[in-house]
Amino acid sequence: MIYFDNVSKVYSDGRSAALHEVTFQVAPREFVSIVGHSGAGKTTLLKMIIAEDRPTDGRVYFESLDVHKIPRSRLPQYRRKIGTVFQDFKLLPNKTAYENIAFAMEANGRSDDEIAENVPQALALVDLDDKAWNFPNELSGGEKQRVAIARAIVNQPDIIVADEPTGNLDPIATYEVVQILKKINDLGTTVIMTTHNKGVIDELGRRVITMDEGRVVRDDESGKYVL
Amino acid sequence: MVTAIRRVVRAGFVGFWRNAYVSLASIFVMTVALFVIGATMFIEQLLTSSLIKLQEKVDINVYFEPTAPQEEIDALRKAVAALPDVAHVTYLSREEALERYRERYRNNEIAMQALSELGENPLGATIAIQAKETSQYESIARFLEEERERTSAGASVIDDINYARNKESIDTLTSIIAAVERASFITMVVLLVAAVLISFNTIRLAIYTAREEIGIMRLVGASNTFIRGPFMLQGIMYGVVAGVLALLVLYPILVWLGPRTELYFELNLFSYFIDNFTYFFTTIIGVGVAIGFISSTLAVARYLRI
Repeated sequence: MIYFDNVSKVYSDGRSAALHEVTFQVAPREFVSIVGHSGAGKTTLLKMIIAEDRPTDGRVYFESLDVHKIPRSRLPQYRRKIGTVFQDFKLLPNKTAYENIAFAMEANGRSDDEIAENVPQALALVDLDDKAWNFPNELSGGEKQRVAIARAIVNQPDIIVADEPTGNLDPIATYEVVQILKKINDLGTTVIMTTHNKGVIDELGRRVITMDEGRVVRDDESGKYVL
Repeated sequence: MVTAIRRVVRAGFVGFWRNAYVSLASIFVMTVALFVIGATMFIEQLLTSSLIKLQEKVDINVYFEPTAPQEEIDALRKAVAALPDVAHVTYLSREEALERYRERYRNNEIAMQALSELGENPLGATIAIQAKETSQYESIARFLEEERERTSAGASVIDDINYARNKESIDTLTSIIAAVERASFITMVVLLVAAVLISFNTIRLAIYTAREEIGIMRLVGASNTFIRGPFMLQGIMYGVVAGVLALLVLYPILVWLGPRTELYFELNLFSYFIDNFTYFFTTIIGVGVAIGFISSTLAVARYLRI
Protein backbone atom coordinates (compact mmCIF):
# COMPACT_ATOMS: atom_id res chain seq x y z
CA MET A 1 0.00 0.00 0.00
CA ILE A 2 2.93 2.32 0.76
CA TYR A 3 6.08 1.81 -1.25
CA PHE A 4 9.36 3.68 -0.84
CA ASP A 5 11.58 3.23 -3.86
CA ASN A 6 15.19 4.22 -3.29
CA VAL A 7 14.24 7.46 -1.57
CA SER A 8 16.96 9.94 -0.64
CA LYS A 9 16.60 13.36 0.91
CA VAL A 10 19.44 15.85 1.09
CA TYR A 11 18.70 19.16 2.77
CA SER A 12 19.70 22.31 1.03
CA ASP A 13 22.81 22.91 3.14
CA GLY A 14 24.19 19.95 1.19
CA ARG A 15 25.93 18.25 4.12
CA SER A 16 23.34 16.22 5.95
CA ALA A 17 21.40 13.47 4.22
CA ALA A 18 18.14 12.93 6.11
CA LEU A 19 17.33 9.81 4.08
CA HIS A 20 19.69 7.61 2.14
CA GLU A 21 18.35 5.21 -0.50
CA VAL A 22 15.45 4.02 1.61
CA THR A 23 13.42 1.17 0.15
CA PHE A 24 10.62 -0.70 1.92
CA GLN A 25 6.94 -1.37 1.59
CA VAL A 26 3.97 -1.54 3.88
CA ALA A 27 1.11 -3.94 3.21
CA PRO A 28 -2.54 -3.14 3.97
CA ARG A 29 -3.63 -3.73 7.60
CA GLU A 30 -0.02 -3.81 8.80
CA PHE A 31 1.10 -2.06 12.00
CA VAL A 32 4.64 -0.82 11.39
CA SER A 33 6.80 0.91 13.95
CA ILE A 34 9.80 2.94 12.88
CA VAL A 35 12.49 3.34 15.52
CA GLY A 36 15.81 5.13 15.62
CA HIS A 37 17.78 7.86 17.34
CA SER A 38 16.81 11.48 16.97
CA GLY A 39 17.83 12.66 13.54
CA ALA A 40 17.76 9.16 12.07
CA GLY A 41 15.21 10.32 9.51
CA LYS A 42 12.00 8.88 10.99
CA THR A 43 9.98 12.09 10.81
CA THR A 44 11.29 12.92 7.33
CA LEU A 45 10.03 9.50 6.26
CA LEU A 46 6.51 10.23 7.51
CA LYS A 47 6.53 13.70 5.94
CA MET A 48 7.19 12.03 2.60
CA ILE A 49 4.03 9.97 2.96
CA ILE A 50 1.80 12.97 3.63
CA ALA A 51 3.57 15.01 0.92
CA GLU A 52 4.80 17.59 3.41
CA ASP A 53 8.33 17.05 2.16
CA ARG A 54 9.73 16.01 -1.21
CA PRO A 55 12.49 13.47 -1.80
CA THR A 56 15.63 14.62 -3.56
CA ASP A 57 15.77 11.28 -5.29
CA GLY A 58 13.56 8.20 -5.59
CA ARG A 59 9.80 7.78 -5.42
CA VAL A 60 7.09 7.29 -2.84
CA TYR A 61 3.94 5.45 -3.89
CA PHE A 62 0.58 5.32 -2.21
CA GLU A 63 -1.05 2.33 -3.83
CA SER A 64 -0.29 3.07 -7.50
CA LEU A 65 -0.10 6.83 -6.99
CA ASP A 66 3.25 8.65 -7.11
CA VAL A 67 2.79 10.89 -4.07
CA HIS A 68 5.05 13.68 -5.27
CA LYS A 69 3.45 13.90 -8.68
CA ILE A 70 0.12 14.92 -7.16
CA PRO A 71 -0.62 18.53 -8.18
CA ARG A 72 -0.83 20.99 -5.33
CA SER A 73 -4.53 21.54 -5.90
CA ARG A 74 -5.23 17.79 -5.43
CA LEU A 75 -3.18 17.46 -2.21
CA PRO A 76 -6.11 18.12 0.15
CA GLN A 77 -8.05 15.22 -1.40
CA TYR A 78 -4.98 12.97 -1.10
CA ARG A 79 -4.40 13.91 2.53
CA ARG A 80 -7.95 13.00 3.43
CA LYS A 81 -7.04 9.35 2.79
CA ILE A 82 -4.44 9.57 5.54
CA GLY A 83 -5.04 10.20 9.23
CA THR A 84 -2.16 11.99 10.92
CA VAL A 85 -1.20 12.06 14.60
CA PHE A 86 1.68 14.16 15.93
CA GLN A 87 3.79 14.31 19.06
CA ASP A 88 2.53 17.85 19.76
CA PHE A 89 -1.11 16.90 18.98
CA LYS A 90 -1.68 19.80 16.58
CA LEU A 91 -5.23 20.47 17.70
CA LEU A 92 -6.88 23.73 16.71
CA PRO A 93 -6.73 25.73 19.96
CA ASN A 94 -9.89 27.73 19.30
CA LYS A 95 -12.06 24.71 18.69
CA THR A 96 -13.49 22.25 21.20
CA ALA A 97 -12.65 18.54 21.05
CA TYR A 98 -15.90 17.94 19.19
CA GLU A 99 -15.26 20.80 16.74
CA ASN A 100 -11.68 19.65 16.11
CA ILE A 101 -12.98 16.28 15.00
CA ALA A 102 -15.92 17.79 13.14
CA PHE A 103 -13.53 20.14 11.29
CA ALA A 104 -11.77 17.20 9.64
CA MET A 105 -15.16 15.96 8.44
CA GLU A 106 -16.30 19.41 7.30
CA ALA A 107 -13.06 19.84 5.36
CA ASN A 108 -13.88 16.49 3.80
CA GLY A 109 -17.26 17.76 2.65
CA ARG A 110 -19.27 15.35 4.82
CA SER A 111 -22.90 16.11 5.53
CA ASP A 112 -24.13 17.46 8.85
CA ASP A 113 -25.94 14.19 9.56
CA GLU A 114 -22.77 12.19 9.07
CA ILE A 115 -20.88 14.57 11.34
CA ALA A 116 -23.53 14.36 14.05
CA GLU A 117 -23.35 10.58 13.87
CA ASN A 118 -19.62 9.92 13.43
CA VAL A 119 -18.02 12.44 15.78
CA PRO A 120 -19.62 10.98 18.93
CA GLN A 121 -18.65 7.50 17.73
CA ALA A 122 -15.03 8.60 17.30
CA LEU A 123 -15.08 10.25 20.72
CA ALA A 124 -16.49 7.07 22.23
CA LEU A 125 -13.77 5.01 20.57
CA VAL A 126 -11.09 7.07 22.33
CA ASP A 127 -13.22 7.15 25.50
CA LEU A 128 -13.68 10.93 25.63
CA ASP A 129 -17.48 11.28 25.38
CA ASP A 130 -17.52 13.44 28.49
CA LYS A 131 -14.88 15.92 27.23
CA ALA A 132 -16.50 16.68 23.88
CA TRP A 133 -17.05 20.38 24.64
CA ASN A 134 -13.72 21.11 26.29
CA PHE A 135 -11.10 23.21 24.54
CA PRO A 136 -7.62 21.69 24.08
CA ASN A 137 -6.13 23.79 26.90
CA GLU A 138 -8.61 22.15 29.26
CA LEU A 139 -7.43 18.64 28.39
CA SER A 140 -4.45 16.61 29.62
CA GLY A 141 -1.73 15.51 27.20
CA GLY A 142 -3.17 12.01 26.92
CA GLU A 143 -6.66 13.38 26.31
CA LYS A 144 -5.39 15.76 23.65
CA GLN A 145 -3.66 12.90 21.87
CA ARG A 146 -6.84 10.84 22.01
CA VAL A 147 -8.76 13.73 20.44
CA ALA A 148 -6.08 13.90 17.74
CA ILE A 149 -6.47 10.16 17.11
CA ALA A 150 -10.25 10.50 16.96
CA ARG A 151 -9.79 13.28 14.40
CA ALA A 152 -7.38 11.11 12.42
CA ILE A 153 -9.77 8.15 12.19
CA VAL A 154 -13.10 9.93 11.82
CA ASN A 155 -12.90 10.05 8.04
CA GLN A 156 -12.14 6.33 7.94
CA PRO A 157 -8.73 6.79 6.31
CA ASP A 158 -6.87 3.94 4.65
CA ILE A 159 -3.85 4.57 6.81
CA ILE A 160 -2.88 6.29 10.04
CA VAL A 161 0.51 8.01 10.19
CA ALA A 162 1.61 8.74 13.76
CA ASP A 163 4.79 10.67 14.51
CA GLU A 164 5.95 9.96 18.07
CA PRO A 165 2.36 9.87 19.30
CA THR A 166 3.46 8.96 22.83
CA GLY A 167 6.48 11.27 22.94
CA ASN A 168 4.89 13.77 25.30
CA LEU A 169 2.83 11.36 27.39
CA ASP A 170 3.21 9.69 30.77
CA PRO A 171 3.30 5.86 30.90
CA ILE A 172 -0.42 5.42 31.55
CA ALA A 173 -1.46 7.77 28.75
CA THR A 174 1.11 6.07 26.51
CA TYR A 175 -0.44 2.70 27.23
CA GLU A 176 -3.93 4.01 26.46
CA VAL A 177 -2.85 5.63 23.19
CA VAL A 178 -1.08 2.45 22.04
CA GLN A 179 -4.13 0.36 22.91
CA ILE A 180 -6.32 2.69 20.83
CA LEU A 181 -3.93 2.50 17.88
CA LYS A 182 -3.95 -1.30 18.17
CA LYS A 183 -7.73 -1.33 18.24
CA ILE A 184 -7.84 0.84 15.12
CA ASN A 185 -5.40 -1.50 13.41
CA ASP A 186 -7.51 -4.50 14.40
CA LEU A 187 -10.49 -2.78 12.79
CA GLY A 188 -8.58 -2.83 9.50
CA THR A 189 -6.63 0.43 9.21
CA THR A 190 -2.93 0.39 8.37
CA VAL A 191 -0.81 2.17 11.00
CA ILE A 192 2.68 3.58 10.57
CA MET A 193 4.16 4.96 13.78
CA THR A 194 7.53 6.32 14.79
CA THR A 195 8.59 5.98 18.40
CA HIS A 196 11.42 6.15 20.89
CA ASN A 197 9.63 4.03 23.43
CA LYS A 198 11.11 0.57 23.94
CA GLY A 199 8.18 -0.52 26.12
CA VAL A 200 5.72 0.31 23.36
CA ILE A 201 7.60 -1.73 20.74
CA ASP A 202 8.07 -4.75 22.98
CA GLU A 203 4.43 -4.62 24.00
CA LEU A 204 3.19 -4.49 20.43
CA GLY A 205 5.27 -7.32 19.01
CA ARG A 206 4.58 -6.15 15.45
CA ARG A 207 6.85 -5.23 12.54
CA VAL A 208 9.74 -2.88 13.40
CA ILE A 209 11.88 -0.90 10.97
CA THR A 210 15.08 0.43 12.54
CA MET A 211 16.73 3.49 11.05
CA ASP A 212 20.15 4.96 11.57
CA GLU A 213 21.61 8.03 9.87
CA GLY A 214 18.98 8.01 7.17
CA ARG A 215 19.30 4.29 6.31
CA VAL A 216 17.08 1.32 7.09
CA VAL A 217 19.36 -0.93 9.14
CA ARG A 218 16.86 -3.58 10.30
CA ASP A 219 13.40 -4.69 9.28
CA ASP A 220 11.92 -7.40 11.54
CA GLU A 221 8.50 -8.97 11.13
CA SER A 222 7.84 -9.18 14.84
CA GLY A 223 10.52 -7.03 16.22
CA LYS A 224 12.04 -5.97 19.45
CA TYR A 225 13.49 -2.56 20.11
CA VAL A 226 17.17 -2.97 19.24
CA LEU A 227 19.54 -0.07 18.71
CA MET B 1 -21.53 24.01 -1.97
CA VAL B 2 -24.23 25.64 0.15
CA THR B 3 -23.05 23.57 3.12
CA ALA B 4 -19.46 24.66 2.52
CA ILE B 5 -20.47 28.34 2.38
CA ARG B 6 -22.54 27.97 5.53
CA ARG B 7 -19.59 26.33 7.30
CA VAL B 8 -17.17 29.01 6.16
CA VAL B 9 -19.53 31.74 7.37
CA ARG B 10 -20.05 30.04 10.70
CA ALA B 11 -16.30 29.45 11.13
CA GLY B 12 -15.72 33.12 10.31
CA PHE B 13 -18.12 34.34 12.98
CA VAL B 14 -16.94 31.83 15.59
CA GLY B 15 -13.30 32.70 14.87
CA PHE B 16 -14.09 36.41 15.12
CA TRP B 17 -15.70 35.86 18.50
CA ARG B 18 -13.21 33.39 19.99
CA ASN B 19 -10.22 35.50 18.94
CA ALA B 20 -11.94 38.50 20.46
CA TYR B 21 -8.68 40.06 21.63
CA VAL B 22 -7.01 39.86 18.24
CA SER B 23 -10.23 40.99 16.53
CA LEU B 24 -10.51 43.97 18.86
CA ALA B 25 -6.92 45.02 18.23
CA SER B 26 -7.40 44.86 14.46
CA ILE B 27 -10.70 46.70 14.64
CA PHE B 28 -9.21 49.38 16.84
CA VAL B 29 -6.33 50.07 14.47
CA MET B 30 -8.63 50.03 11.46
CA THR B 31 -11.06 52.39 13.19
CA VAL B 32 -8.26 54.88 13.72
CA ALA B 33 -7.18 54.49 10.10
CA LEU B 34 -10.71 54.95 8.77
CA PHE B 35 -11.25 57.89 11.09
CA VAL B 36 -8.16 59.53 9.63
CA ILE B 37 -9.48 58.86 6.13
CA GLY B 38 -12.89 60.28 7.04
CA ALA B 39 -11.40 63.34 8.72
CA THR B 40 -9.21 63.94 5.68
CA MET B 41 -12.29 63.87 3.47
CA PHE B 42 -13.91 66.59 5.61
CA ILE B 43 -10.80 68.73 5.83
CA GLU B 44 -10.45 68.48 2.06
CA GLN B 45 -14.07 69.60 1.71
CA LEU B 46 -13.51 72.57 4.04
CA LEU B 47 -10.43 73.61 2.12
CA THR B 48 -12.14 73.32 -1.23
CA SER B 49 -15.18 75.27 -0.16
CA SER B 50 -13.17 78.04 1.49
CA LEU B 51 -10.96 78.30 -1.57
CA ILE B 52 -14.05 78.56 -3.77
CA LYS B 53 -15.41 81.28 -1.49
CA LEU B 54 -12.13 83.16 -1.75
CA GLN B 55 -12.03 82.80 -5.51
CA GLU B 56 -15.55 84.17 -5.77
CA LYS B 57 -14.36 87.35 -4.10
CA VAL B 58 -11.78 87.93 -6.78
CA ASP B 59 -12.81 89.58 -10.04
CA ILE B 60 -11.73 92.10 -12.66
CA ASN B 61 -13.83 95.20 -13.13
CA VAL B 62 -14.00 97.07 -16.37
CA TYR B 63 -15.24 100.64 -15.98
CA PHE B 64 -16.66 102.19 -19.14
CA GLU B 65 -16.71 105.85 -20.01
CA PRO B 66 -20.13 107.40 -19.28
CA THR B 67 -20.23 108.35 -22.95
CA ALA B 68 -19.50 104.88 -24.21
CA PRO B 69 -22.11 103.73 -26.72
CA GLN B 70 -24.27 100.84 -25.53
CA GLU B 71 -23.51 98.69 -28.63
CA GLU B 72 -19.78 98.72 -27.85
CA ILE B 73 -20.37 97.84 -24.23
CA ASP B 74 -22.60 94.96 -25.28
CA ALA B 75 -20.07 93.82 -27.87
CA LEU B 76 -17.27 93.71 -25.30
CA ARG B 77 -19.52 91.98 -22.80
CA LYS B 78 -20.32 89.26 -25.32
CA ALA B 79 -16.66 88.91 -26.34
CA VAL B 80 -15.57 88.53 -22.73
CA ALA B 81 -18.34 86.09 -21.88
CA ALA B 82 -17.27 83.97 -24.87
CA LEU B 83 -13.72 83.55 -23.50
CA PRO B 84 -13.16 79.95 -22.34
CA ASP B 85 -11.55 81.02 -19.04
CA VAL B 86 -14.44 83.20 -17.94
CA ALA B 87 -16.85 81.76 -15.40
CA HIS B 88 -19.40 84.55 -15.53
CA VAL B 89 -19.80 88.23 -16.28
CA THR B 90 -21.95 90.61 -14.26
CA TYR B 91 -23.15 93.72 -16.00
CA LEU B 92 -23.99 96.89 -14.15
CA SER B 93 -25.64 99.59 -16.31
CA ARG B 94 -25.14 103.34 -15.79
CA GLU B 95 -28.55 103.63 -14.14
CA GLU B 96 -27.88 100.69 -11.80
CA ALA B 97 -24.49 102.15 -10.93
CA LEU B 98 -26.15 105.43 -10.03
CA GLU B 99 -28.79 103.65 -8.00
CA ARG B 100 -26.12 101.80 -6.10
CA TYR B 101 -24.19 105.03 -5.51
CA ARG B 102 -27.28 106.70 -4.13
CA GLU B 103 -27.98 103.76 -1.93
CA ARG B 104 -24.48 103.69 -0.56
CA TYR B 105 -24.18 107.44 0.15
CA ARG B 106 -27.76 107.97 1.25
CA ASN B 107 -26.65 109.52 4.52
CA ASN B 108 -23.76 111.44 3.05
CA GLU B 109 -25.03 114.94 2.26
CA ILE B 110 -21.93 116.20 0.50
CA ALA B 111 -21.91 113.29 -1.89
CA MET B 112 -25.63 113.67 -2.58
CA GLN B 113 -25.21 117.38 -3.12
CA ALA B 114 -22.32 116.86 -5.52
CA LEU B 115 -24.49 114.47 -7.48
CA SER B 116 -27.44 116.86 -7.75
CA GLU B 117 -25.13 119.75 -8.75
CA LEU B 118 -23.81 117.70 -11.65
CA GLY B 119 -27.33 117.33 -12.89
CA GLU B 120 -26.57 114.24 -14.94
CA ASN B 121 -25.34 110.71 -14.27
CA PRO B 122 -21.53 110.89 -14.04
CA LEU B 123 -21.09 107.15 -13.72
CA GLY B 124 -20.22 104.71 -16.43
CA ALA B 125 -21.39 101.14 -16.83
CA THR B 126 -19.31 98.37 -15.26
CA ILE B 127 -18.76 94.74 -15.96
CA ALA B 128 -17.35 92.40 -13.30
CA ILE B 129 -15.58 89.35 -14.67
CA GLN B 130 -14.95 86.16 -12.77
CA ALA B 131 -12.51 83.59 -14.07
CA LYS B 132 -12.84 79.86 -13.51
CA GLU B 133 -9.37 79.77 -11.95
CA THR B 134 -7.49 82.66 -10.35
CA SER B 135 -4.51 81.89 -12.54
CA GLN B 136 -6.59 82.80 -15.60
CA TYR B 137 -7.04 86.48 -14.72
CA GLU B 138 -3.75 87.28 -16.34
CA SER B 139 -4.93 86.21 -19.78
CA ILE B 140 -8.35 87.84 -19.36
CA ALA B 141 -6.66 91.10 -18.40
CA ARG B 142 -4.41 90.81 -21.43
CA PHE B 143 -7.44 90.37 -23.65
CA LEU B 144 -9.09 93.44 -22.12
CA GLU B 145 -5.94 95.53 -22.60
CA GLU B 146 -5.83 94.52 -26.24
CA GLU B 147 -9.45 95.54 -26.62
CA ARG B 148 -8.66 98.84 -25.05
CA GLU B 149 -5.70 99.42 -27.37
CA ARG B 150 -7.82 98.51 -30.36
CA THR B 151 -10.72 100.78 -29.45
CA SER B 152 -8.51 103.66 -28.30
CA ALA B 153 -7.70 104.35 -31.97
CA GLY B 154 -11.02 106.14 -31.91
CA ALA B 155 -12.16 107.35 -28.53
CA SER B 156 -11.69 104.54 -26.01
CA VAL B 157 -14.85 103.33 -24.39
CA ILE B 158 -12.95 101.79 -21.47
CA ASP B 159 -12.11 104.17 -18.68
CA ASP B 160 -10.28 101.82 -16.38
CA ILE B 161 -9.48 98.16 -15.75
CA ASN B 162 -8.67 97.43 -12.15
CA TYR B 163 -6.56 94.37 -12.85
CA ALA B 164 -3.25 96.17 -12.49
CA ARG B 165 -4.21 97.39 -9.03
CA ASN B 166 -5.50 93.97 -7.97
CA LYS B 167 -2.72 92.09 -9.67
CA GLU B 168 -0.57 91.67 -6.62
CA SER B 169 -3.29 90.32 -4.38
CA ILE B 170 -4.59 88.08 -7.14
CA ASP B 171 -1.10 86.69 -7.70
CA THR B 172 -0.61 86.07 -3.99
CA LEU B 173 -3.95 84.37 -3.74
CA THR B 174 -3.20 82.24 -6.78
CA SER B 175 0.06 81.02 -5.33
CA ILE B 176 -1.49 80.41 -1.90
CA ILE B 177 -4.28 78.37 -3.43
CA ALA B 178 -1.82 76.34 -5.48
CA ALA B 179 0.38 75.73 -2.43
CA VAL B 180 -2.54 74.77 -0.19
CA GLU B 181 -3.92 72.39 -2.78
CA ARG B 182 -0.57 70.73 -3.29
CA ALA B 183 0.13 70.47 0.43
CA SER B 184 -3.28 69.06 1.24
CA PHE B 185 -2.99 66.55 -1.57
CA ILE B 186 0.41 65.34 -0.36
CA THR B 187 -0.77 65.16 3.26
CA MET B 188 -3.81 63.20 2.19
CA VAL B 189 -1.81 60.70 0.18
CA VAL B 190 0.69 60.22 3.02
CA LEU B 191 -2.11 59.76 5.57
CA LEU B 192 -3.98 57.34 3.34
CA VAL B 193 -0.91 55.24 2.61
CA ALA B 194 0.00 55.17 6.32
CA ALA B 195 -3.55 54.19 7.32
CA VAL B 196 -3.70 51.40 4.76
CA LEU B 197 -0.25 50.05 5.63
CA ILE B 198 -0.90 50.07 9.37
CA SER B 199 -4.20 48.24 8.97
CA PHE B 200 -2.63 45.80 6.59
CA ASN B 201 0.17 45.06 9.02
CA THR B 202 -2.15 44.56 11.96
CA ILE B 203 -4.25 42.04 10.07
CA ARG B 204 -1.11 40.30 8.91
CA LEU B 205 0.01 40.00 12.53
CA ALA B 206 -3.41 38.70 13.53
CA ILE B 207 -3.15 35.99 10.91
CA TYR B 208 0.48 35.34 11.79
CA THR B 209 -0.76 34.15 15.19
CA ALA B 210 -2.97 31.67 13.34
CA ARG B 211 -0.25 30.33 11.04
CA GLU B 212 0.07 27.05 12.93
CA GLU B 213 -3.66 26.52 12.74
CA ILE B 214 -3.49 27.07 9.01
CA GLY B 215 -0.78 24.40 8.83
CA ILE B 216 -2.92 21.99 10.86
CA MET B 217 -5.93 22.60 8.64
CA ARG B 218 -3.86 21.76 5.59
CA LEU B 219 -2.65 18.54 7.19
CA VAL B 220 -6.20 17.52 8.01
CA GLY B 221 -6.97 17.83 4.31
CA ALA B 222 -8.86 21.13 4.24
CA SER B 223 -8.83 22.77 0.82
CA ASN B 224 -7.29 26.22 0.45
CA THR B 225 -10.67 27.84 -0.13
CA PHE B 226 -12.07 26.23 2.99
CA ILE B 227 -9.13 27.52 5.06
CA ARG B 228 -9.08 30.97 3.51
CA GLY B 229 -12.82 31.65 3.61
CA PRO B 230 -13.23 32.33 7.33
CA PHE B 231 -10.18 34.61 7.39
CA MET B 232 -11.48 36.63 4.45
CA LEU B 233 -14.85 36.90 6.11
CA GLN B 234 -13.20 38.08 9.31
CA GLY B 235 -11.27 40.70 7.36
CA ILE B 236 -14.54 41.96 5.90
CA MET B 237 -16.13 41.98 9.35
CA TYR B 238 -13.22 43.99 10.75
CA GLY B 239 -13.79 46.50 7.95
CA VAL B 240 -17.53 46.82 8.55
CA VAL B 241 -17.24 47.12 12.33
CA ALA B 242 -14.32 49.55 12.10
CA GLY B 243 -16.17 51.62 9.50
CA VAL B 244 -19.28 51.90 11.67
CA LEU B 245 -17.12 52.78 14.69
CA ALA B 246 -15.23 55.45 12.73
CA LEU B 247 -18.56 57.00 11.65
CA LEU B 248 -19.80 56.88 15.24
CA VAL B 249 -16.67 58.69 16.40
CA LEU B 250 -16.94 61.26 13.60
CA TYR B 251 -20.60 61.98 14.35
CA PRO B 252 -20.31 63.91 17.67
CA ILE B 253 -17.20 65.70 16.43
CA LEU B 254 -19.14 66.93 13.40
CA VAL B 255 -22.12 67.91 15.55
CA TRP B 256 -19.76 70.05 17.58
CA LEU B 257 -17.83 71.39 14.58
CA GLY B 258 -20.85 72.11 12.37
CA PRO B 259 -21.88 75.56 13.66
CA ARG B 260 -18.25 76.60 14.06
CA THR B 261 -17.27 75.74 10.51
CA GLU B 262 -20.39 77.53 9.33
CA LEU B 263 -19.14 80.64 11.06
CA TYR B 264 -15.64 80.61 9.59
CA PHE B 265 -15.98 78.71 6.33
CA GLU B 266 -19.62 79.31 5.45
CA LEU B 267 -20.02 75.53 5.29
CA ASN B 268 -21.77 73.54 7.99
CA LEU B 269 -19.78 70.31 8.06
CA PHE B 270 -22.48 68.50 9.97
CA SER B 271 -25.23 69.22 7.47
CA TYR B 272 -22.76 68.44 4.71
CA PHE B 273 -22.18 65.08 6.38
CA ILE B 274 -25.91 64.40 6.74
CA ASP B 275 -26.65 65.49 3.16
CA ASN B 276 -23.94 63.21 1.80
CA PHE B 277 -24.37 60.46 4.36
CA THR B 278 -24.73 57.65 1.79
CA TYR B 279 -21.52 58.75 0.13
CA PHE B 280 -19.55 58.83 3.39
CA PHE B 281 -21.09 55.61 4.64
CA THR B 282 -20.27 53.65 1.48
CA THR B 283 -16.82 55.20 1.10
CA ILE B 284 -15.62 54.64 4.66
CA ILE B 285 -17.12 51.18 5.03
CA GLY B 286 -16.10 50.29 1.48
CA VAL B 287 -12.49 51.29 2.16
CA GLY B 288 -12.59 49.32 5.43
CA VAL B 289 -13.97 46.21 3.77
CA ALA B 290 -11.44 46.49 0.93
CA ILE B 291 -8.50 46.86 3.32
CA GLY B 292 -9.72 44.00 5.52
CA PHE B 293 -10.44 41.66 2.65
CA ILE B 294 -7.25 42.32 0.69
CA SER B 295 -5.02 42.21 3.79
CA SER B 296 -6.39 38.92 5.05
CA THR B 297 -6.34 37.33 1.61
CA LEU B 298 -2.70 38.28 1.10
CA ALA B 299 -1.72 37.27 4.64
CA VAL B 300 -3.34 33.83 4.48
CA ALA B 301 -1.96 33.18 1.03
CA ARG B 302 1.49 33.38 2.55
CA TYR B 303 0.86 30.52 4.95
CA LEU B 304 -1.01 28.47 2.38
CA ARG B 305 2.01 28.67 0.08
CA ILE B 306 -0.08 29.36 -2.97
